[in-house]
Amino acid sequence: MEGRDRDFVQHIPRLRRYARALTGDRSRADDLVQDTLERALVKFHLWRPGSDLRAWMFTIMHNVYINQVRAGASAVVSPLDDETVQPAIRATQSDRLEVLDLQTALLSLPEDQREVLLLVGLEQMTYDEAAGVLNVPIGTVMSRLSRARERLRMSLKSGAQHPAGLKVVK
Amino acid sequence: MSELAVTEAELHAHVDGLLPEARRAEVEEYLATHLEDAQRVRDWREQNAELRSWFDPVLAESAPARLRRAATGSRKPPLLPALRFAAVVGWIALGGIAGWFLHDYRIEKSTDTVAFAHRAVVAHIVYAPEVRHPVEVGAEQEAHLVAWLSKRIGGNLKIPQLASLGYHLVGGRLLPGNQGPVAQFMFQDGSGQRLTLYVRNGAAEGKETAFRYAQERGISVFYWVDGRFGYAISGEINKDDLLRVANVVYQQLNP
Repeated sequence: MEGRDRDFVQHIPRLRRYARALTGDRSRADDLVQDTLERALVKFHLWRPGSDLRAWMFTIMHNVYINQVRAGASAVVSPLDDETVQPAIRATQSDRLEVLDLQTALLSLPEDQREVLLLVGLEQMTYDEAAGVLNVPIGTVMSRLSRARERLRMSLKSGAQHPAGLKVVK
Repeated sequence: MSELAVTEAELHAHVDGLLPEARRAEVEEYLATHLEDAQRVRDWREQNAELRSWFDPVLAESAPARLRRAATGSRKPPLLPALRFAAVVGWIALGGIAGWFLHDYRIEKSTDTVAFAHRAVVAHIVYAPEVRHPVEVGAEQEAHLVAWLSKRIGGNLKIPQLASLGYHLVGGRLLPGNQGPVAQFMFQDGSGQRLTLYVRNGAAEGKETAFRYAQERGISVFYWVDGRFGYAISGEINKDDLLRVANVVYQQLNP
């Protein structure tokens, strides 16, 4: 019990980092992490001891996320919801603008390509691990990764030709 | 192409440091003469670096308490049921509903429960106007209805008695929820006004929340989680009237 609890807590920072990059929104990301942790607790008996707990938790997060995307969970309107996207702020203004472009470009990727790009580029998973988390063949991981990287290259390039703040969002 | 042919997959593996040692030098050699691929590889490396420099600061943030609670499965401090009820009512009465819900929505909002409330409203919209078949099992077979749905949902369901508010039980039905079976009970008053209580088991086990309110397509819904069950009560009535009903339901299910 103790050990299990500690293990879950230990994974929170990485789950949050991934969720933040995936959703582009702090509060939505933390909701996703919370749903993931709750699901992981309920399903913990299904975890195979000795297997990679981090990969297992990312798999759960992937499933929760995909369900939410499909359910269109934003359909219930709360008049008091004043959340806005709140990117973290880095040292200088020019840095911030440059990276906002990265975030915009990221969010313009299809969900499946964004997930692969983040699992590999941010989480530094192997292609095998990413394929396991997403439950797709490794060939699919490679083709999504390839498309995501090329698309990101193109949108960052086209962004660089415009004044900051007037990015072309495709 | 010569023996130096390199696949697209190998270029990616090179960027991600996943190439076997022996192959790495060969890919470098290939890139020295294929400048377009070399540029792509540089751009992809830059993307990885940018991703990490942008999102790594999240690792250093301290996680919100609600996430640490979720990770350890710890409940909020236990209270006696009576106090719990008083606390729910008190929160709503205190400080005005708006203030509380603003707080509640920010701190406790979970997209899963929001989606749950949404499905409850949709189920209400589908079945409440039904004239001939509003329920699968009618109130005249209440004992059977409770036993059947309890078995399907997995847990001892109770049907609240809302006669004090002028509502009587019409009956109930089994519905598919997002994660499994869901029960819907329907109530009606003398004027034909109908309310539905939507109940699911399990998704938010071990958690408790205060009442939350949403409105969608003219339907008001209060929803909350209590122990094993998630509840949503929906109706085409105003918020204050529905809150009165939600209070009675909560109280009866937590004697």
